[in-house]
Amino acid sequence: MSQENILEAHNLRKAFGGLVAVDDVSIHIQEKTMHAIIGPNGAGKTTLFNLLSGTMPPTSGQVFYHGRDITHLPPQRRAHLGIGRSFQITNIFPNLTVLENIRLATQAMGKHNFRLLHLAENYSEYIEKAEAVIEQVGLTGRELIIVRNLPHGEKRKLELGIMLACDPELLLFDEPTAGMSSEQVPELIQIINKVVKEKGRTAILVEHRMDMVMQISDKITVMSQGTILAEGSPHEIANNRQVQKAYLGDLYGELA
Amino acid sequence: MPEPTSTKKISFRKIIRRESGFLVLTVLLGLFPFVMNLITGSGLNDGITKYWQGQLIAFFIMAVLAMSYDLLIGYAGILSFGHAAFFGGGAYTMALLLTHWGPTFASRYRITIPGGTDITTLIIFIASLLASAVVALLIGALFSATSARLKGAYFAMLTLALAEAIHILAKATDFVQWTGADEGLHGVPIPAWLNPTQFRLRFYFIALAFLVISYFVIRRFTNSPTGRVIVATRENEDRMRMIGYNPATYRTITFLTASLFAGLAGAMYSLWNMSATPSMTSAVTTVNMLIMVILGGMGTLIGPIIGAGLMQTLSQFLYNFFGARWPLVFGLIFIFIVLFFPYGIVGTWRLKQPDLKAGWERFRRLLGSKPPEQQ
Repeated sequence: MSQENILEAHNLRKAFGGLVAVDDVSIHIQEKTMHAIIGPNGAGKTTLFNLLSGTMPPTSGQVFYHGRDITHLPPQRRAHLGIGRSFQITNIFPNLTVLENIRLATQAMGKHNFRLLHLAENYSEYIEKAEAVIEQVGLTGRELIIVRNLPHGEKRKLELGIMLACDPELLLFDEPTAGMSSEQVPELIQIINKVVKEKGRTAILVEHRMDMVMQISDKITVMSQGTILAEGSPHEIANNRQVQKAYLGDLYGELA
Repeated sequence: MPEPTSTKKISFRKIIRRESGFLVLTVLLGLFPFVMNLITGSGLNDGITKYWQGQLIAFFIMAVLAMSYDLLIGYAGILSFGHAAFFGGGAYTMALLLTHWGPTFASRYRITIPGGTDITTLIIFIASLLASAVVALLIGALFSATSARLKGAYFAMLTLALAEAIHILAKATDFVQWTGADEGLHGVPIPAWLNPTQFRLRFYFIALAFLVISYFVIRRFTNSPTGRVIVATRENEDRMRMIGYNPATYRTITFLTASLFAGLAGAMYSLWNMSATPSMTSAVTTVNMLIMVILGGMGTLIGPIIGAGLMQTLSQFLYNFFGARWPLVFGLIFIFIVLFFPYGIVGTWRLKQPDLKAGWERFRRLLGSKPPEQQ
């Protein structure tokens, strides 16, 4: 392929005492693709995400972003390099408004974080950007609600919005549909697809909904017990016997 | 043509409207000495008018101190027990310089402006004030540097320990000829034109201006892009990291701002009392600030001002009734306020939840009787 790897992880390993959550994982993410990581609970997907986003340091191994070693960069530095992440367990600012939640993310990428004696309200560029993101994730009209009062589905949209507001080049989605009802999922898929396909971004997606994964991803990595079990296109993965056994279960097994 | 961003700027008029409550209070406080003068007939610089001005001066200074503490515990959510170190640091710097450096400087140099007016004491005063601010900032920097890796209770313990170290330094007999050790510094030779006994009305307005300016600067700070980041970091530090903020940087900024205002309040307090004593650096001072902030409402700025006023009034009033045992009664009142106004007076008011029933329930639980749902 002519496309460059935006992110490369070499031999990543993370041990919590005796438990090895991620064991010698190497993964290459191609630019402008949607790369899904699937696997049963406890396979180490979220831990891998934590290593890629910098929330945790790896026990050993390296992470490269655009060829640059970022293994020891803290998350805030990675954010400024263009890596964004959304969380499986909604991770928002509960006592602030929807607008402020997203405005903070747009402000983070700007140059006015240390204006100690200027009013934040006067930096309309961040507010305008935030309003655009609010529209993008479908929260228009909810701007001034304190977010702890939002219903779960809208919190998930906000979770996504906070990441999108940073306008990252590489988006790490950690189970964006977690806890959402099936009716709400298509809208979310559309939002994700729009960002990745239309803006030419790269995405890594951890997800449990197989239909969604099969439908939108270009490449799938299957993890099991901390290691990579298989990797390939959705078609290849669906037809992989090992994967069927380990993860997809009886239904897919019977079909194959 | 790009649309000018200034069209959306918050106008001066809007700020006035938003802060109307505080401005009305300021005007009332500004008129207070004259109204007292009219009512009681006692002169502006003597009698009961002078006495009440004194009470209010102490209140203005303590209010600034409480606001600076609110920045830390209310806005940034940093539980620090070392605030007395900033206050005492500012107070001691002012008192030490005016006692040991000012007179020497004045005997050697005489600074006049072209009109022939002698401004030597003004220069000494301004230099001492700046030095107080710098010392407080340095202590603030020390605190945030040493405790950057700690959180929660560990952090609180370390700040307490650092403050105690400064308290011991203030009491140390090794420096008795400078600091007066246990006695502290008394009769600090403050500039004659600032003497709070002689020029009470003048000092009153200086202290009031100090409160008003501090309030607006701190309010502006909390509404700035930086202030918003500080509040959000209190809410969710991990997410702030993930969107590109370094919480440690903002923690340092909060610490420095809080220590600056606490240090200036300390300098003002030493001018007002013409003294600096070890008790100003003690943990009791910090606890008093904590009480003021909790009484008024954390993270509201106006709350700590009200808390400081309430504490000042209550302590005077209760002392008149109960003598040395007044803290016992004050403690009971404090418990009741916390039970019925769990978010402080201003905080609970803003939430529109002065819920008497819930307060009564909390009271019963405190006394150990079973809550009704378990009966």
